[in-house]
Amino acid sequence: MIDLLIALVWIVLKILLIALPLLGAVAYMTLAERKILAYAHVRIGPNRVGFAGLLQPLADGLKLFFKEIIIPSKANPVVFVLAPIVSFATAAAAWAVIPFDEGWVLANVNAGLLYVLALTSLGVYGILMAGWSSNSKYALFGAMRSAAQVVSYEIAMGFALVGVLMAADSTNLQDIVLRQQGGLWHWYWLPLLPLFVVYWISGVAETNRAPFDMAEGEAEIVAGFHVEYSGMSFAIFFLAEYANMILISALASVLFLGGWLSPFEGIPVLGSLFSFVPGIIWFFAKMAFFLFLYVWLRATLPRYRYDQIMYLGWKVLIPVTIVWIVVTGLLIEWRVAPWFI
Amino acid sequence: MRSLKEIVKSFMLWELLVGLKLTGRYVLSKKITIQYPEETTPISPRFRGLHALRRYPNGEERCIACKLCEAVCPALAITIESAPREDGSRRTTRYDIDLFKCIYCGFCEESCPVDSIVETHWSQYHFEHRGENIMTKPMLLAIGDRYEAEIAKARAEDAPYR
Repeated sequence: MIDLLIALVWIVLKILLIALPLLGAVAYMTLAERKILAYAHVRIGPNRVGFAGLLQPLADGLKLFFKEIIIPSKANPVVFVLAPIVSFATAAAAWAVIPFDEGWVLANVNAGLLYVLALTSLGVYGILMAGWSSNSKYALFGAMRSAAQVVSYEIAMGFALVGVLMAADSTNLQDIVLRQQGGLWHWYWLPLLPLFVVYWISGVAETNRAPFDMAEGEAEIVAGFHVEYSGMSFAIFFLAEYANMILISALASVLFLGGWLSPFEGIPVLGSLFSFVPGIIWFFAKMAFFLFLYVWLRATLPRYRYDQIMYLGWKVLIPVTIVWIVVTGLLIEWRVAPWFI
Repeated sequence: MRSLKEIVKSFMLWELLVGLKLTGRYVLSKKITIQYPEETTPISPRFRGLHALRRYPNGEERCIACKLCEAVCPALAITIESAPREDGSRRTTRYDIDLFKCIYCGFCEESCPVDSIVETHWSQYHFEHRGENIMTKPMLLAIGDRYEAEIAKARAEDAPYR
């Protein structure tokens, strides 16, 4: 009994250790996004609240916290309240299997890759519920677009992951990272480059970020699925979106950039020079690179038209992944060094 | 039919990379933001802002009630009444500018033979009650007294081009 209790407290502590920094990362991701976008516009962005604007996310959060949560009279109140919770819960739950360093993982499950794929697709239910329960045409349009988009890109993403699965011969995320040992050129981004690009593009589409932010589409459908949300309930959607972005970045680094592994492994001088850097720092650096890429893409690309999104997903990305799965199979069959020995 | 070269180019995401390079360059470029309350953009000596009535260095008001500004004002924003003062000189008894009518064209300033009515570089003012938009003679003289140094400097800078 007491053992069980200790185990329970221990696991709750571990969850807090992941969840709280995640919330902090989300908060500062919003600031980073505003700053980088501002820089791309030749502006300087928020710099008034706190030193160099560092308290801006806090002020934003406080403002949202004190706002009234309005539930439209024609909405379905139960589903309306449940939707943001579902969105955020799926985004947060996927973090359970992400390995931060060797052995630093909450749940070292063997089907980690499938679990992550399942949970990232479940996130669309939150959007669908929000869109339907709001009883507003814009929200419904946003939800429909989002559902169609996520279903289409799920396939390309799944196929991209099949390539990783074949290469690593495992669905355990920690094993996948360990299979990539040996420095920058041993990571899977090189032999699986097309799959890496496809995975990243579908990841951006999955999280409904620019240029695939059809679900929000502030120019044509106001704000899409979360038009009717206000205050904290809106903030939860925001949190879920950014948690998903960070999750996709973490997954991209685990699957294609060798997770916590140092890029200089096996290189004579640099390897020993950087051997003191803990793995988690490399992991965070890779994640930061992908998060920057998210904002960089947003600053660069205009939003896709709806049919163009479908065209890209079905007629470009999926064929590319299928071709490269075959190529990967051949690479493995011929034991091409240094990846598949 | 698209040529093979174009297909290869599109699969290399060439144009996307060109776009990313452009925005990346702007991210690193020098920022042009002016931090407003602390910094302001440079203002030309010819800037036409809030009006003022000036005085001579000995304290005598410049305005001689010639009413040229009232005549030239295209928006009919200026109302002047005049009467002889005790010393016999002609002076205004009323000099009102309706700032809601004023279009800040600067004709009053140009028409003035004694450089009395001028427009200062001051553009940040507001009204809280109805009627405050009418600038009376004492108000205009007070503005002139307050900003005399800046007004004189702006006139001197612009003098070679007048």
